[in-house]
Amino acid sequence: MNENNLLKVENLRTEFKISRKKSVAAISDVTFEIDKGEIVGLVGESGCGKSVTSLSIIRLLNDTSGEITHGSVWFKGNNLLKLSDEEMRHIRGKEIAMIFQEPMTSLNPVLRIDNQLIEAIQLHTEYTKQEARKHALETLRSVGIPDPERVSRCYPHQLSGGMSQRVMIAMAMSCYPDLLIADEPTTALDVTIQAQILDLMQGIRNTRGTSILLITHDLGIVAETCSRVYVMYAGRIIEEAPVDILFSNPSHPYTQGLIASIPKLGLEAESLPFIPGSVPDITMMPGGCRFHPRCRYATEICSQKEPELISINESQKCRCWLKTSEYSIKTENGESRK
Amino acid sequence: MGRYFVKRVLGTIPLLLVISFLIFMFIHLIPGDPVRNMAGREATTEELENLRESMGFNKPLYQQYFSYLNDLVHGDLGISYKTKLPVSEMMIGRLKPTLKLTFFATLWSTIVGIAIGVLSAVNRGKLIDYLGMLIAISGISIPGFWLGLVMIQIFSVKLGWVPTGGLDTWRSYILPSITLGCGIMAILARFSRSSMLDSLGEDYVRTARAKGQRERLVILRHAFRNSLVQVVTVIGLQIGGLLAGSVLIETVFTIPGLGRLLVDSLAFRDYKVVQALLLFFSFEYILINLIVDLLYGVLNPRIRLK
Ligand SMILES: Nc1ncnc2c1ncn2[C@@H]1O[C@H](COP(=O)(O)OP(=O)(O)O)[C@@H](O)[C@H]1O
Ligand code: SF4
Ligand SMILES: [Mg+2]
Repeated sequence: MNENNLLKVENLRTEFKISRKKSVAAISDVTFEIDKGEIVGLVGESGCGKSVTSLSIIRLLNDTSGEITHGSVWFKGNNLLKLSDEEMRHIRGKEIAMIFQEPMTSLNPVLRIDNQLIEAIQLHTEYTKQEARKHALETLRSVGIPDPERVSRCYPHQLSGGMSQRVMIAMAMSCYPDLLIADEPTTALDVTIQAQILDLMQGIRNTRGTSILLITHDLGIVAETCSRVYVMYAGRIIEEAPVDILFSNPSHPYTQGLIASIPKLGLEAESLPFIPGSVPDITMMPGGCRFHPRCRYATEICSQKEPELISINESQKCRCWLKTSEYSIKTENGESRK
Repeated sequence: MGRYFVKRVLGTIPLLLVISFLIFMFIHLIPGDPVRNMAGREATTEELENLRESMGFNKPLYQQYFSYLNDLVHGDLGISYKTKLPVSEMMIGRLKPTLKLTFFATLWSTIVGIAIGVLSAVNRGKLIDYLGMLIAISGISIPGFWLGLVMIQIFSVKLGWVPTGGLDTWRSYILPSITLGCGIMAILARFSRSSMLDSLGEDYVRTARAKGQRERLVILRHAFRNSLVQVVTVIGLQIGGLLAGSVLIETVFTIPGLGRLLVDSLAFRDYKVVQALLLFFSFEYILINLIVDLLYGVLNPRIRLK
């Protein structure tokens, strides 16, 4: 393992109970890693398992019927899945923090902002309430809140969405975690605020060296923010690549479709024009390659056997029969078919 | 907060006026001549006329209403036809048992009801949940007076642990409070369970867990603190029902409280007393709801800071 590694998720599989006897996997064979100080993207359409992946990492599935049934989550050399609940509690908020898609509902409506921050700080430090309050104000200022004293005395309903997300980031960063998981942090915000929040997260990485797992369905955000990307489809990682390579040379048909679908001129499209259909429900997963009903290159093998995620060059991995030595295709620009 | 407070308090004034008017009209809306109803069949015409005059019934209705309001404002509730004592004096003697009973019933049923609701929600689908909801359903479906009679039979008559009725010791309050509070306990248990289930699924609860907060505090500080806002409202509505319930319970347990006084006065057609008691119960109901509204404001910053 390289010594810069911070998080290494291996063959993670999380299942949900759908009836008394039956469980189905929402994600499986999910493998990825994040280095220290790196911003890594996890992209895919809604419903492909991004949130389940992130909640599995910090083991927050306990109030659902979800259960991690396979794999390991190595964080600084410890397998988080083997820790006791109490040990895991000391990781959450202190070593790994998380922010969510809906900042407005992620803050407790009946508690003042300062109290919610102080709570987070006192959980993992020996600070007195006074010291924690001082630290809370500093943290609020550090995430670009111009008037921390006033904001700290507000209740969540008195703040805008962008301001709430800044508060969430402040709260997440208050104990200087090594890893910040941001699950669609800007999806609920409008475009100018989105850019500010992304800048803020990059600033945090630059000043504190915090690693960030940035989860989004928006490849545009990935292009601006991340160094490496994992593309997810129907509970699987289907492609892994550095950002520039992903955009210049996408290898998986799904990734190609995603990139082709990026709306020009910043218009937000409802569906993906280059990929018909939608992500299958976890209870109705197609056999073989999970993408084959939507794939325009699909051949016979695709519906029979699922491809493995394999390296196709030194920096890129892909899960597609086209990239294996046994199979290959003629692409539109006339490459030869083996 | 100050403005919300003043607004809510002033808002009750029209309500008080309407209610006092309805209660004033109540005597005149009962079929038949109120004076004849009160005096009984044997009364002579002369007796009837005297009574009519002493009660002011010979004056026009609006004059009667204004003098009734005037008396009310001066704390004069009139004279009981039956005992010839001032009604206010009769009520003061009966106030303490009713208030105590209502207080104890509210206290235990609130604590137990909320505890059952929260425990059931947190242990959803497990044995505790089923037990809790079994208790709640029993509490809702078993009639209070029946439960009272059964408990008297078991704990007073058979076991002799508590008195069958009256108010000789503090133990006399045990069975009536249990009987009176059962319904509220059950309703609160069900309501706080569903409200807690809602809160536990909220994003801010996930945030609290993501902070590394202990599960017990996630439940109490985050989920329960939010549910409390709604639970308090239900408590207020239910205490109103308690007042009506006390009429029944005081009769079953022969407790000399306001509820019993109401039943007895109705039997004697002692209208002044009935009127005063109805007024008292209505005002108490309004007062409790006012307190609940203010509490709701204290608990809910979205209301308080408007
Ligand atoms: N609590 C749950 N119970 C059952 N299925 C779930 C639950 N949470 C997520 N899923 C399923 O897992 C799949 C992935 O969901 P999710 O991770 O939320 O997608 P994403 O975050 O990528 O939009 C979806 O098909 C969803 O229906
Ligand atoms: S394996 Fe087949 S169906 Fe799946 S992406 Fe590749 S070509 Fe398409
Ligand atoms: Mg999601």
